[in-house]
Amino acid sequence: MDKVVHYLIGDLGHLFVILSFVSSLICAFAYTKARSKDDLAEKRSWLINGRVAFYVHVFSILGVVATLFTIIYNHYFEYHYAYSHSSIHLQAQYMLSCFWEGQEGSFLLWLFWQALLGIVILFTQRQWEAPVMVIVALVQAFLGSMILGIVIPWLNIKIGSSPFILLRDAIQDPIFKTTPNFVPNDGNGLEPLLQNYWMVIHPPTLFLGFALTLFPFAFCLAGLWEKKYSEWIKPALPWTLFAGAVLGLGILMGGYWAYETLSFGGYWNWDPVENAVYVPWLILIASMHTMITYKNSNTALKASVILVVSVFILILYATFLTRSGILGDASVHSFTDLGLSGQLLIYLLFFVVAATVLIAVRWKHIPTSEKEVHTYSREFWIFLGATILCLMGFQVLVPTSFPVWNKLVSFFGGESNIATPADQIGFYSNFQLWFAVAVAFVSGTGQFFWWRRLEKESWKKEVMPVVLATLVIFGIVIAIGRVTNPSYMALALTGIYILVSNVKVLVSVLKTNARFSGGAVAHIGIGMMLLGIMFSAGQSKVVSLNNNGLIMSRDQGTEFNRDNLFLFINEPRTMADYEIEYRGERLELRDKSGYIKKSDVMPTFNQYVVIAKKDLFFAGKKLYNALDTFEIYPENIYYEIEFRKNDRVAATLFPRVQQNEGMGGFIASPDIKKDARRDIYTHVSGYYNPEEGHDWSKQEEVNVAIGQQFFVNDYVAVLEDVQRIETIPGYQLKPEDVAVQAKVKVQGEREEYYAEPVFLIENKSEVKVMPIEINDLGVKLVLLNIHPETNSFTLGITTRQKDWVVIKAKEFPLINVLWLGTGVLMIGFMVALVRRFKDHLKETSSVS
Amino acid sequence: MKKSYIVALVVIAAAIAIIVQTAGESSTYVTFDQAFQLASNGSAKSIHVVGALKKNGAGDIIGIHPGADKVSFSFLLIDANGKEQEVVYHEPMPADFKRSEKVVVIGSYHNDTFVADKILLKCPSKYVDEKINAGA
Repeated sequence: MDKVVHYLIGDLGHLFVILSFVSSLICAFAYTKARSKDDLAEKRSWLINGRVAFYVHVFSILGVVATLFTIIYNHYFEYHYAYSHSSIHLQAQYMLSCFWEGQEGSFLLWLFWQALLGIVILFTQRQWEAPVMVIVALVQAFLGSMILGIVIPWLNIKIGSSPFILLRDAIQDPIFKTTPNFVPNDGNGLEPLLQNYWMVIHPPTLFLGFALTLFPFAFCLAGLWEKKYSEWIKPALPWTLFAGAVLGLGILMGGYWAYETLSFGGYWNWDPVENAVYVPWLILIASMHTMITYKNSNTALKASVILVVSVFILILYATFLTRSGILGDASVHSFTDLGLSGQLLIYLLFFVVAATVLIAVRWKHIPTSEKEVHTYSREFWIFLGATILCLMGFQVLVPTSFPVWNKLVSFFGGESNIATPADQIGFYSNFQLWFAVAVAFVSGTGQFFWWRRLEKESWKKEVMPVVLATLVIFGIVIAIGRVTNPSYMALALTGIYILVSNVKVLVSVLKTNARFSGGAVAHIGIGMMLLGIMFSAGQSKVVSLNNNGLIMSRDQGTEFNRDNLFLFINEPRTMADYEIEYRGERLELRDKSGYIKKSDVMPTFNQYVVIAKKDLFFAGKKLYNALDTFEIYPENIYYEIEFRKNDRVAATLFPRVQQNEGMGGFIASPDIKKDARRDIYTHVSGYYNPEEGHDWSKQEEVNVAIGQQFFVNDYVAVLEDVQRIETIPGYQLKPEDVAVQAKVKVQGEREEYYAEPVFLIENKSEVKVMPIEINDLGVKLVLLNIHPETNSFTLGITTRQKDWVVIKAKEFPLINVLWLGTGVLMIGFMVALVRRFKDHLKETSSVS
Repeated sequence: MKKSYIVALVVIAAAIAIIVQTAGESSTYVTFDQAFQLASNGSAKSIHVVGALKKNGAGDIIGIHPGADKVSFSFLLIDANGKEQEVVYHEPMPADFKRSEKVVVIGSYHNDTFVADKILLKCPSKYVDEKINAGA
């Protein structure tokens, strides 16, 4: 099969990339001109130039997206991007994930969102259009340069990494010397961990969040530039709210994905990559609060300027950290350095310097409120909360930046080798927990000042019911949840406090004006999340704790938590209230949901197709008839693990192991049983691998007649029947050949197994035997000889160690409260967003 | 004094406290010899050592021994100074372990063996694969 190299589409894509870059520069230039012109006609013509350039930019970005997707979707493996991120057998929905698996694609996703959001500015913000779009276009130019992939000849500097390079230009393989037009038949495939629906929606959400943070920043700088020091707050606020919701959702989706697919046993790991987006989100939330404060009381304008700018700079810093390769030895996530570190650094420094200079020049002119903030005012508490949020972010930022510090010191000739504390999770959690307690306390208290300044007399009347309700609920929660750790108690107490005080506000707001309920709802969500985190992370427990004394001598003297449990097939072990049993390997079906036993199907020459040995059922439903041919995913093996509590099945889980040689061996993904009160979570951390050449015993021979019992690896077996057969699946029988098949029943612990070895006489004299393995039991049976004179048969038996698996299992209590709280938080954001957007509409209509 | 100055002072104090505390709890990247020194001086603190798995002349990894209980294993790691050290890890072998070009072990010495509490792997990315996979 000869494949052609599709040159046109790649050239077209590259052309679009260059066009998008050039048009963004033209756009920035035209809008700069438009901003500086006082003459209305001239201004207008420059504005039109800017708009046209931006539409060309948007069009070309869409063009890049479309061409790249076409290349992936049509499996043009002559392109490096398609080859390294997708494969023929990939399911269609994951084609999207391929698109943004690579750095180039994720830059593109970012460009795409900002381009679309830029159009929103064109339609809604005529007054702010020119200065805001200058900044948007500049950011687009910087981002676009990352995927340019052109070399400046006289400097020999490569700018950007193009997603449209051909495989032969990217990889030095001898095959391209002999056949330059060689096109591989299949790609490397998508990283198995990304083959998950959360990975289809998490990156777009996160990048939309990133893209949204650009707009408050652009409004803020535009405000300073145009000397409209305070007017920028109003148009920027809806963007900040939207960004807060989307970025928060994106971060949590990432956590949920990690929980569901990675086997590190939790949803948050304090990895530098997670921290890099967590910090800007905290500052974003702080900026949102100071902006609202400014709108209500004309205080905290300077703080808003600094925070809004910081958010965007931190997003750029996060991009630099995660994509420049600087995290090197600090992160579990492996990032490839595409040689963009220099460009990323320039991008970061450009906006740091530009924003700092602008703020410094205009600082004196930013109006400040002279009146002192009263302790009994809402502003005081909001400001306090924002300050704590900033410190909270700072605490994470410092250790996350250690690799940068080390680099910086060595750049100036020094030596520094500091690393994040070894117990990363414990270190961050300890700090962040107490910050969260403080934020929750301040936020809960701030709600008393929702309507007005509280006077000292009314204080008691307002506060006492909330405090009492909080204490009562706290007592119940602590008693039922058996919380004993003081820091978790503090978190629970303040979590309940913020919940109760906001429920109180919500009730009174709903009575008067439901439009204003967004804040209260969002804070209730936060309270629920804190409680959910407290229970699921603080009270999680390892179910598979290996405390059975199977400890090796060389470990003496040290204490270790052995969290992994070794299980032989069908041999239950009792651990932490559960009886855990490994039930065997299962396969996943391509067209139907459910799992089938590996031993119930026969393989064919095509590894994706198998034939059913018998009628196949899953959860009481018939999936396939005997001898049906159907498709499976051969690279995924599922391990059925049954959890029983008080003799009842509490959960049957199917953790996955994916073997993908291209990706380097075995990748485990957990399975989770969710119910209202807890999640039971398990993943495989080691398994019996027949390919590693495990020793089979020496063959043992038995002579049996039909109906006679014998023993196989201590299991009772019986030879039920021997029949002559006319066909052997997948084998060409000649007319003179004789084939005989024995039917042996083996009684396993949980069920009966059948092995049907074939005895074949070819060309009247050549004997061929085909051993049949019963996987679950670790036995192989072969029909060795037929003795017509005694009516008996010789069976050969070989055995090996039984199948085993090593698992880790955990219980996460009340984790649903966290997810539910996230939902409530999002609803709160949406209510607030709708309100601000309606305000905006009202104003624009009253102006015109 | 204005209240805002007090707030500013408190914030700066808190920030400094955070830096001091973080620096105090931070770990370091060291070599095995330095790690051994630290442990002999009575420090039980976990440190980071970066190294590569030991390979024989043919490029095959040698020195990996699975624990008898199948849930732990030990391996030989060579640090930047070329010192070879047996490292014990009380978890099953992580995915991609044998493929990794660099291994960061976080832990400390217990007598003569280095016990890793955590392992970070640096795997060669598939971007730099020199060979096209089969199926041509």
